[in-house]
Amino acid sequence: MARITAGIASSHVPLLGVAADMGKDRDAYFTPIFEGYDWTREWIARPEVKPDVVILVYNDHASAFDMKIIPTFAIGCGERYKPADEGWGPRKVADVEGHPDLAWHIAQSLILDEFDMTIINEMDVDHGLTVPLTMMYDAPDAWPVKVIPLAVNVVTYPPPSGNRCWALGEAIARAVQSYGEDLNVQIWGTGGMSHQLQGPRAGLINAEWDAMFLDGMVGTTQKLRTIPHIEYLRETGSEGIEMVMWLIMRGALGRETRALHRHYHVPCSNTAIGHIVLEPVDGTVPPSPTVEGNNAAAQAAI
Amino acid sequence: MSGPRDIHEYLGAFEDIPGTRVYTAARARQGYHLNQFAMSLMKAENRTRWLADEATYLDEWPMTPDQKAAVLARDYNLLLDLGGNIYFLAKVFSTDGLSFLQAVSTMTGMSVEEYSAMMNAGGRSPEGVRSIKENR
Repeated sequence: MARITAGIASSHVPLLGVAADMGKDRDAYFTPIFEGYDWTREWIARPEVKPDVVILVYNDHASAFDMKIIPTFAIGCGERYKPADEGWGPRKVADVEGHPDLAWHIAQSLILDEFDMTIINEMDVDHGLTVPLTMMYDAPDAWPVKVIPLAVNVVTYPPPSGNRCWALGEAIARAVQSYGEDLNVQIWGTGGMSHQLQGPRAGLINAEWDAMFLDGMVGTTQKLRTIPHIEYLRETGSEGIEMVMWLIMRGALGRETRALHRHYHVPCSNTAIGHIVLEPVDGTVPPSPTVEGNNAAAQAAI
Repeated sequence: MSGPRDIHEYLGAFEDIPGTRVYTAARARQGYHLNQFAMSLMKAENRTRWLADEATYLDEWPMTPDQKAAVLARDYNLLLDLGGNIYFLAKVFSTDGLSFLQAVSTMTGMSVEEYSAMMNAGGRSPEGVRSIKENR
C-alpha cells in the first residue's frame, strides 16, 4: 500500500534556481537561505526517508498555462516534463519524471471524491516546480524521485479557498492509501511566504504573520484552513496567497503533525523564504463524503 | 468557505488594499491580449523579433493604444491598471534582462538601491498598508 510519510513546504522563488544554476548558492547573499535546506538534503537522502514519489503542489507562473485555460486544480499524469522557457531560456536541470500510474489513480479517486480535476498529459514545468527540487536535491544528473505535479491557480481570482485546499489534501491522502503498490510518497506544498511583486506596496514582508502560519502547520490545529483570501492579501502581500497551496500538503498529512525542521529567512529577492518539514503523527483523514467514494465497485475500477 | 459569501463584497474588499491591484476576472478580461502578447515572449524566436522592432511586433496584437504605449514605456503600474498581470509582464522585463527585484522596484517610487536596501532590512512593514478605510 502506498503511504504518505512526510510533507515539506518551501518557497519557490525563481532567483533560487538562478543562484543554484550559476553556482552562487553559497555566496554571502544566498548562504543563509541554502543553509536552511542542508538539514533537509541530508534527511531526504536517508534510505528510510527517501521518497519514491513526490506529489508536488505548485503554481504555474504563466508558463504551461496562459490566459486561454485556467484550471483551478490540475494534476500531471504524463511520463515526463521538461523545464519551461520562462523568458530567459529553460533552466539546465534534469527533466522531471512523472508517475503516471499513481497520478491517474489519484486523479480518478479525486474525481469520485467530487474534486473535478483537470488532467494534464503534456506540459513544461516552471520554477514553481523545479526550484523546490533544487532546494531539496541540489543538482543531480537525474532527479532521484518521481514527481506528480499538482498545479493550483493562485494567479487569477478567485483562487481556491484554504478550506478547499485542505479538503483536497485529505482526498489525496485517501487516494494514496488506496493505491496497491508499496510506495513511499511525500507531498510538498510550495510558494510563499509573504511577498508582493506588484504596485506601490511591493516588497511587503510580514514575518510575524509568517511565523503564525508556520506554527499553524504543526499539531492538531486546523485554524489555518479558515483564513479568508482577504487576510492573505492584506497581511502577506498579493503573492502571499500562494500559501493556500501549503494547506493541500497539510491536509494530506492528517489529524496531527510534528515538525522535524523549520527555516525562515528574509529576503530572497522580493520574498520571505519559509521552509518546514513535517511528518504525520496521526495520519487519519475523514472518510470520503461522496456516493462514489463509498461505492466499492467504483473504487475497484480505478 | 470562509470569508464573505457575497461575490460583490468579496471583490469590493480588494479595492481597500493600498497600492495593490488584485488580478480579478475584470482585469483578466481587460488585459487578455496584453497578457497573451507578453506570453508570446516565452519563445526565443519571438523575443528576437520583438527586440528588433517592438512597435511592429505590438501591432500584431489587438491591444488598446494605451496598453501598447504603456508596454513601450515599461510603465508597470499603468500596465497593472490596464489589466496586466505581473507573471505575464515578467516575460517583458525578463526579455529586457531585468530581474524581478529590478522590475518590481520600478513600481514603488524607489530606486533599485533604495528598494533593495529596504528588502535587506526586512522588507516593507504591513503597518499602515493593510486597509485604506481602517487606516491600519
